Amino acid sequence: MPLDCILSAVAAWLLIGIAGVAALRRLTLVAHLLFPLGGLAALLLAAGAAWALTQPPQTVVLPLGLPTLPFHFRLDSLSAFFLLVLGATAAGVSVFAAGYFRRGEGTPPGLLCLEYHLFLASMALVLLADDAYAFMVMWETMALSSFFLVIANHRLGEIRRAGYLYLLMAHLGAIAILLCFGVLQANTGNYTFDNLRAQQLGPFAASLAFLLAVVGFGAKGGLLPLHVWLPEAHPAAPSPVSALLSGVMLKTAVYGLVRVTFDLLHTPLWWWGALLLALGLASALMGVVFAAVQVDMKRLLAYSSMENLGLIFAGLGLAALFAAYDMRPMAALALTAALYHAASHATFKSLLFVATGAVLHATHERSLGKLGGLIRFMPWVAWITLLGTLASAGLPPLGGFVSEWLLLQSFLFAPGLPNGFLNMLVPVVAALIALVAALAGYTMVKFFGVIFLGQPREEKLAQARDAGWWERAGMLWLGGLCLLLGLFPAQVLLITNAVTRPLVGAALNTAGHDWLLVPVSLERASYGPVLFLLGAAACVAATFLLVRWRYHGRLSRVPPWDCGHPDLTARMQDTAEGFGQPIRQIFEPFFRMERELPSAFDAAPRYRVSVSDPLWHFLYLPLARAVEALARLVGRLQQGRIAVYLLYSFLTLIAVLLVVRR
Amino acid sequence: MNAPGLFSQLLEVLIALALAPLLTGWVNQCRAWLLNKSAPPLTQPYRKLHKLFHKELVLAEHASSLYRAVPYLVFGCMALACAIIPTLSTDLPLSPAADAVALVGLFALARVFQSLAAMDVGTAFGTLGARREMLIGFLAEPALLMVLFSASLLSRSTSLTTLVDLFAHRELAIYPSLAFAGVAFTLVSLAENARIPVDNPATHLELTMVHEALLLEYSGRHLALLEWAASLKLFAYSCAGLALFFPWGIADARTPQAMLLALPLLAAKLTLGGALLALLETASAKMRIFRVPEFLGSAFLLAVIGMLVNILLGV
Repeated sequence: MPLDCILSAVAAWLLIGIAGVAALRRLTLVAHLLFPLGGLAALLLAAGAAWALTQPPQTVVLPLGLPTLPFHFRLDSLSAFFLLVLGATAAGVSVFAAGYFRRGEGTPPGLLCLEYHLFLASMALVLLADDAYAFMVMWETMALSSFFLVIANHRLGEIRRAGYLYLLMAHLGAIAILLCFGVLQANTGNYTFDNLRAQQLGPFAASLAFLLAVVGFGAKGGLLPLHVWLPEAHPAAPSPVSALLSGVMLKTAVYGLVRVTFDLLHTPLWWWGALLLALGLASALMGVVFAAVQVDMKRLLAYSSMENLGLIFAGLGLAALFAAYDMRPMAALALTAALYHAASHATFKSLLFVATGAVLHATHERSLGKLGGLIRFMPWVAWITLLGTLASAGLPPLGGFVSEWLLLQSFLFAPGLPNGFLNMLVPVVAALIALVAALAGYTMVKFFGVIFLGQPREEKLAQARDAGWWERAGMLWLGGLCLLLGLFPAQVLLITNAVTRPLVGAALNTAGHDWLLVPVSLERASYGPVLFLLGAAACVAATFLLVRWRYHGRLSRVPPWDCGHPDLTARMQDTAEGFGQPIRQIFEPFFRMERELPSAFDAAPRYRVSVSDPLWHFLYLPLARAVEALARLVGRLQQGRIAVYLLYSFLTLIAVLLVVRR
Repeated sequence: MNAPGLFSQLLEVLIALALAPLLTGWVNQCRAWLLNKSAPPLTQPYRKLHKLFHKELVLAEHASSLYRAVPYLVFGCMALACAIIPTLSTDLPLSPAADAVALVGLFALARVFQSLAAMDVGTAFGTLGARREMLIGFLAEPALLMVLFSASLLSRSTSLTTLVDLFAHRELAIYPSLAFAGVAFTLVSLAENARIPVDNPATHLELTMVHEALLLEYSGRHLALLEWAASLKLFAYSCAGLALFFPWGIADARTPQAMLLALPLLAAKLTLGGALLALLETASAKMRIFRVPEFLGSAFLLAVIGMLVNILLGV
């Protein structure tokens, strides 16, 4: 039974967590035994999920929780897809974590082990939950366990601040989700998903539920304007945890939104899709533009996660739009693109985050301005990271390209929509997607180039040592997944088809093309990454051999030429700030910039520019000030004298009596 | 996969490899004439390649293996690009592997590798060039995609062979959306191929270089491969433009013997196109790097207008 497989993996994670507490400070035991065991359990989970994709949905009721409110769990293809992503990613990250955690970094290793595995288990159960009660309990467990993981290094003030912001936004989202379930149950008092599915809501109630779901899951998924926690929390957490937060936890938001929009609510209205599309695109553009100007490598990746989640939400919006007009095959195409991007983002972003962890441990630097040239000292990390970089830049033949290709294909179908106004917007939307994809390439060249290429910007970097074997194994696993997702899209479509068929009632064509991705027909569009790679490899190999055979292989090493400039230092290279400068200039209205420029006569000239999120200043700070002012007003009620409190009770009583008498 | 298909596929790649330096030589010759200089011979690019291949490879002492792999990778990407663009025939076995979107991805892949290589040695000009190349790239790539989308909306397909097949067999009519797309495509190809007004292929001033700055540290066979790849890119862009906007004469699967006619026709089209390119280059001046976003922004807008015209008017 697939469900038993998955539940036993979850139980194994819980047991490993408890074992971690028993071995609280024994680092070797926790790191080299418990974390790899957790990775094995993740593989078991992935295997169970893959098995479940071929089976009809299974349910189980566990007598946990409150006496009359048992937990309902259900394993259908949608849950199985996300569980597969969770298991496959977590396996690599756990193996990496086995080599990552060191002595004396904040929380003791045993406690970290508990929090880490509790986090994994709660994510798996969120994906399995079949009633609102179980869902909310698991959702909150997920938020809390990840909060403790984020503040693992809690001695630093900025990390505590990031953790607080994360917890705040997580709860804001949780309230919205709770209200959403409240609307969905339509006064029946029965919160099982079966009952929610059976309700026929009017357009107003359905729209209300959808909007609440967008707010709730958008807060978790970093949708504009609820994204502010993302660039704070991701850099604060230890790298394997950032990998899970970004690679997997953000996907639970995607899962939740798909579950509510396409499963619990039946037919979406057209403006839901348009709204989701607009929000997704705005987040994607904002995310990628901010990623391009970051100078901290983990913040850069966090903003890039915002961009990718934006693209996923845009795909979901398009799917909802097509579903609203009953264009099922196109809805399936857009939904497949979103799911594919979710899977490939999980692999490449986890890979990039763990790579920053390896760099951080080798150099103790997070700032891009102090790195450089690491490909010479850490070749393993550099070459595997290159895979993730190319996938993240959306380049063929890796996973990121397939999903962008599918997304663009589904936009080319959009002119068939029976709404003239939407049709006019299509080119603009497609243009934005293309711009975001191209900017992602720019950002990723900056990320890889500044960290791994060039000359070391600090002297201590020459002592950097390559990652250990555990870390290499974890990174190889994740890099291999990137490659698999890129090279075998036709096989991945078999998985996503099992998801889209029950949700939108259609699936993509996979018959007859094992090596080609043919979503509709061969005349319309096709993409064959294996053929593509073979073609490219054949060209490269033929060139290499011909050049060697026809000419010579002589080579001499000399100092770099640099147009004859005599004294070349590492400081002459372009910095991360320099790489961001064109973006700052072109997209100036996106940023809030504070510049401090030297005058021509300064003895000690100083140049400073700080770039921050305008939303933080225009939305969040005024909001915080308003809340504070309100709290101060309410605080006046609190006198600390019993007589005044008695007076309050008396006044309340009179007010109640007045109301009741009527 | 059939024998004529395989034959036309191989022929296409070989012709691209052989003719690409000739096209570069022709453009240089035209430009020299227009500037009232005595022109280098048409075969000058071949001589240069031959000389570079013979020379010893001089490598910066801390260059990584990525740096050494990139010339081969970029050359392979460009050769593959020439293989999937239908220049002589639409009966290509490799064509289903990559459509118009994948073609743009292929160019982007080559650009990313070349920029990474330029950052590898860590010289001031190399990183400057990498940054500028990626800047031009991220502005040009969406515009190029929009151009291809305008064409694919007309043909309801992003497959390059279907596109060309359809355009080659329609009656002679002017499509307004394609006219917009054509202008946008010209602007994009100027930027992508490092031509004036975006970049100057003949520049010797380091601060204004973009494409040349990427190659500064390369020598010997590596430089030869990258120069060859640059001419392949010009060839691929010219052929893509011809295939989209002037596709008449390209053979299809039903008439393989038409390739005999297709080759001289292609040569004639390229001769005319190269002369026009030289004229365009001599008539304009190189612009500052921060004017480039305006230049490519207008290309982007033109392409989007082309798409809008297509959707609103259906032509």
